[in-house]
Amino acid sequence: MSRYIGNTTDDREQMLNEIGYKDIDSLFKAVPDSIRLKEELKIPEALSEMELIKNIKSLSDKNLNTDEYVCFMGAGAYDHYIPSAIDQLIMRQEFYTAYTPYQPEISQGTLQAIFEYQTMISELTGLPVSNASMYDGATALTEACIMSCEATRRNEVLISSAVHPESRQTLNTYAKFRNITVKEISYKNGQLNLDELNSKINKDTAAVIMQNPNFFGIIEDVEAIAEITHKNKSLLILSADPISLSILKSPGEMGADIAVGEGQPLGNALNFGGPYLGFMAVTDKLMRKMPGRIVGQTTDKEGRRGFVLTLQTREQHIRREKATSNICSNQALNALQATMYLTFMGKEGLEKAARLCLNKSHYAYNELIKTNKFKPLFTAPFFKEFAVISEKPISELNEKLLKSNITGGYNIENDYPELKKAYLIAVTEKRTKEEIDALVRKAGE
Amino acid sequence: MQLIFEKSKNGRKAYSLPECDVPDVLLNSIDSKYLRTESPDLPEVSELDAVRHFTQISQRNHGVDSGFYPLGSCTMKYNPKVNELAARFDGFTKIHPYQQEKTVQGALKLMYDLGSMLSEIMAMERFTLQPAAGAHGELTGLMIMKAYHQNRDDQKRTKIIVPDSAHGTNPASATVAGFDVVEVKSNDKGLVDIEELKAAVGEDTAGFMLTNPNTLGLFDENILEISKIVHDAGGLMYYDGANANAILGISRPGDMGFDVVHLNLHKTFSTPHGGGGPGSGPVGVKKHLTEFLPVPVISKKEEEYYMDYERPNSIGKVKSFYGNFGVLVRAYAYILSMGPDGLKEVAENAVLNANYIANKLKDKYFLPIDTECMHECVFSADWQKEKNEVSALDIAKRLLDFGFHPPTIYFPLIVHEALMIEPTESESKETLDEFISVMRQIADEAENTPEMVKTAPHTTVISRLDETTAARKPILRYLPFY
Repeated sequence: MSRYIGNTTDDREQMLNEIGYKDIDSLFKAVPDSIRLKEELKIPEALSEMELIKNIKSLSDKNLNTDEYVCFMGAGAYDHYIPSAIDQLIMRQEFYTAYTPYQPEISQGTLQAIFEYQTMISELTGLPVSNASMYDGATALTEACIMSCEATRRNEVLISSAVHPESRQTLNTYAKFRNITVKEISYKNGQLNLDELNSKINKDTAAVIMQNPNFFGIIEDVEAIAEITHKNKSLLILSADPISLSILKSPGEMGADIAVGEGQPLGNALNFGGPYLGFMAVTDKLMRKMPGRIVGQTTDKEGRRGFVLTLQTREQHIRREKATSNICSNQALNALQATMYLTFMGKEGLEKAARLCLNKSHYAYNELIKTNKFKPLFTAPFFKEFAVISEKPISELNEKLLKSNITGGYNIENDYPELKKAYLIAVTEKRTKEEIDALVRKAGE
Repeated sequence: MQLIFEKSKNGRKAYSLPECDVPDVLLNSIDSKYLRTESPDLPEVSELDAVRHFTQISQRNHGVDSGFYPLGSCTMKYNPKVNELAARFDGFTKIHPYQQEKTVQGALKLMYDLGSMLSEIMAMERFTLQPAAGAHGELTGLMIMKAYHQNRDDQKRTKIIVPDSAHGTNPASATVAGFDVVEVKSNDKGLVDIEELKAAVGEDTAGFMLTNPNTLGLFDENILEISKIVHDAGGLMYYDGANANAILGISRPGDMGFDVVHLNLHKTFSTPHGGGGPGSGPVGVKKHLTEFLPVPVISKKEEEYYMDYERPNSIGKVKSFYGNFGVLVRAYAYILSMGPDGLKEVAENAVLNANYIANKLKDKYFLPIDTECMHECVFSADWQKEKNEVSALDIAKRLLDFGFHPPTIYFPLIVHEALMIEPTESESKETLDEFISVMRQIADEAENTPEMVKTAPHTTVISRLDETTAARKPILRYLPFY
């Protein structure tokens, strides 16, 4: 019997005997013979643990990792520092081998962690109600859009073209199936074009969707956008970089009704794109419309504080076909990692990390411009990521950097064909001056 | 138990960052209207404070490694430790999703091979690994079905049929994908009522969603006839793979007539549930539907793996990047550890264990459908409820006192006071015997000392919580901040 199976062959015999069956096959008599698999599955024979590790390690070794190749790639996933205590704590089986906290008496660990997570997301976003997390930034943004259509009973959304391309693609997929009209607002000097917003917004507009800092790394004039949006009784959905929120004005303070974002920068490894977490926070008014799980505080019979899943009447397992979202899980372990990250970094550490990002990205930008091989793409302010125009084609440039053990930036032209040779570079607190200088030297050759 | 915010003290810290080695950007170079005036009130604790905090709260959780976890429909099997090791190799955790393809060939090969193995196990043509969870997989599969009909210019197919025993996500996902939902009743054997289904299908049928074995733990013996009825009406067959554990190496959805399947890697393929996520919900389709899969699909040209975006009929993207890659590594490791024989043993033992429990408890608890079950058995607490006002919830809470996670309760909806027990193949006869003996004891208590059960749990860190007040006057964040 395989090593992950509890019974021995003798146990099986004995159990079958006790319940009156002659063999295992007789338990499967409901499966018609014509669809019984007659031969073995054509998959590789079982490996021992030693063989397995060797096999998978060889696949891992084929990938070039960020320890060996200095990473200046961002564009939605970032190489931030992860305090080492997190990797140890996240391996506690009580957290990772548990399921959804349906039985609060034996799930206070997960529930309290989510409650703390919700509080921290609330603090960062400046909005009072956070859910327990969603699949990722792109799906959180999409769910926010669907919620806005339900809340306003309107069926059209305006989205800035400077929102992450993958978020826009995800939104477009969902919108197509739900008959929501999505219209894009172009950018001007890298920021959302306010004139265009003014001319496109109308009584059908459920929400205006923007990102800050946007895909080009640029800080947007959120308050001006909020004013136009609210004058039209539409909702403002703001997708934010959580690290930036320690120094940039919070979405709530600037007038966003819904804040969403990719939570990966908060203590989650790059992991080739997932698992990550999407965060979502809303105004009090939207609380009962928000999708996803929510944890609330309450008391037990003895008056002791405890936490439970709450507001479940919003959820799919109660509402079935009347549900407006089908989400029935969260990214609990990733949200826990984010909670740990925000705890270890703390008030001061998060701000310091953000300042390092700001300083280092500006240093890299200035040095790259000085080489005369790069020109600014836009002149608006940025946070940890910036766009420049390269003299050389981006693929050629990245190929060259790779030879010097550097993973270069993102080729913006892939998503914005009008921005020829535009190059997006992310500089986190992990990058040293030495590494930046090496990038500048190679790229400036 | 204090919240981390209540342990916070000004000036305490757990972080460590290097000094800045480049010139300072003066914040006043950025317009002050963009800047925050007050820092977010995050905790200020020492590293030890934080480590103790998370260790202590973890101890208030029950995981699979803590003890038996027969939560029906959730397949709480053992999460092998070597899979955790594999998922943490640097070549997996420290790679960026936008790195050049030639620098991530190992990751792409893993995804390609996992997709191929899942296709073989389920008898499908091709899988996408992009969906992040089971419900996300359902939605993706339904979008693919809609795209298929639309591509044939068959616009009238607006309805998805689901049985009344379906998981709540089925009708919800169908609605989110823009379909109308039609429910068909189950017959007295707990299976799809063929006559009802015949009456329900028609020119407007886009497809039928079925969990097989269903949520009563029963394999629908009429599956071929069901598939034929749906296909003859022009609809597609959707397989909800939440209960696939029972059929591994025994029977394959593709051979049963299904066109689309989703799998929950966090159930059938042993990846940890993480307290509610991350999961992974790959979707497999038959050949006639491959063109609609989300982009990118992982393809292979000679010995090079690449991401194929050139698929004009694709439904598009359903999330960022390519899926919950870290979860995929664990599932890949699991399949390689089990091999074809191991996977078949999984199904056999999961089914044996469920039938063993069913037979050993059916004199004490009402078993509404007394026949061979698959991976789970569904009891009703009706006898206890009628006689002594002891409910399924009470029984669940009493189990906590014995260190067991309770079964799923009040689901499926078609069983009154349901207790849905899924032991999985991981558990040994000894564990099952212990559980059976406790369940029998609780049945006796319900009879003789019902208060004992109704006021349970008695040994947990907190007792039953006031969920009504929690929902009526929601407190959703630590309040002293506001």
